[in-house]
Amino acid sequence: MSTADSNAAEVRDVIIVGSGPAGYTTAIYTARANLQPLIFAGSVTAGGELMNTTEVENFPGFPDGIQGPELMDKLEQQAAKFGAQIEFEDVASVDLEGDVKRVVLGNGEEHFARTVVIATGSAYRELGLPNEKRLSGHGVSWCATCDGFFFKDQDIAVIGGGDSAMEEALFLTKFARSVTVVHRRDSLRASKIMADRALTHEKIRFAWNSEVSDVIGEDKVTGLVLRNTVDGSKSELAVTGVFVAIGNDPRTDLVKDVLAITPEGTIAVEGRTSRTSVPGVFAAGDVVDPTYRQAITAAGSGCVAALDVEHYLANLELPSLAAQQA
Amino acid sequence: MSNARDVTDAQFTDEVLLSNKPVIVDFWAEWCGPCRKVSPILDDISVEYSDKVDVVKVNVDDNPNIAAEYGITSIPAVYLFEKGKVTGTVIGARPKQYFEKEWSEVLSK
Repeated sequence: MSTADSNAAEVRDVIIVGSGPAGYTTAIYTARANLQPLIFAGSVTAGGELMNTTEVENFPGFPDGIQGPELMDKLEQQAAKFGAQIEFEDVASVDLEGDVKRVVLGNGEEHFARTVVIATGSAYRELGLPNEKRLSGHGVSWCATCDGFFFKDQDIAVIGGGDSAMEEALFLTKFARSVTVVHRRDSLRASKIMADRALTHEKIRFAWNSEVSDVIGEDKVTGLVLRNTVDGSKSELAVTGVFVAIGNDPRTDLVKDVLAITPEGTIAVEGRTSRTSVPGVFAAGDVVDPTYRQAITAAGSGCVAALDVEHYLANLELPSLAAQQA
Repeated sequence: MSNARDVTDAQFTDEVLLSNKPVIVDFWAEWCGPCRKVSPILDDISVEYSDKVDVVKVNVDDNPNIAAEYGITSIPAVYLFEKGKVTGTVIGARPKQYFEKEWSEVLSK
């Protein structure tokens, strides 16, 4: 019998699902509280969204910036140092009702805990066009750091007007001949510093008030059909690559039938806490946040979840203590 | 542990297209974070299903021709070849169980 099998039967204090800034921060805090957290980091999603970014310039404490993957590596090390058990496994399903929660992994293993923290983050949003899916991997991309290389000296487009879109556009200028930012409004949502960098970059152009109505190409992308959001007119933009950065959707598949979900699609939590609609189940990070979605807010939210877990577990102890004293 | 081999542009025809066994090809590069995630998963598959399938890795940085031939613009791109033809593609890093499900006809015990 493997150790994994024998461990599976025990009921732990806390299981954390997800390993972005929220998940690892929950792990750091609960580990320091001696709750011996078990964190399912994911086999390919470990480290979360920051694993696909380059320079992170706004995380406090790193005046010279830090690479996204390096930051996540440090958070992982910090969690491990205090005794968090980190498993690079995927959670397939959860059974959250009842005092003991059950977490089933992709490999069939079962684990049990009195509390579960859902920190599954968010997944990139797709344009939702049939040709987008068909040409995915053949010109349509979501990861500039992975795929920029394939577009040396080519004309490409980035869809979106936020910080992620600007970051991708700026990164892609290292490879591309030109980058056209396609944005459905006439001004950027990105932070001023990122917007200014993009707006003044000689390789970056802007297609304002434009949305993508189709992706063109037989085997590979050859262009986009843009629709003007003001007058509805259509035009074509000849590009060989298109990077989609129009936002993210909270990853709630595991829990959406059990936990209350907000109209925005995030897991509903009570006030400023991480408490979900099911006692003993907490949520943190982008999966609860329709608004801010920063590495630092996710980390802060992970801390909140850890403290809520501690508080919940402490309250569970009270009746048994009272019974002993009686 | 891994049975996966590195294959160059020059070796591709012999090692992949002319292989009698199905071959999983991992197109990857050093600078691609998700590639580093999927690589050990394919190593596992190369051992666990060694009698069913070969696993090879093509570094696209050093071997851009084959990737270009198949129109690959996103990595990791994991292709399944059977008798010289592409019979499956998985773009982006995916868990082991995903490959086992997606390619269950080849990856079965």
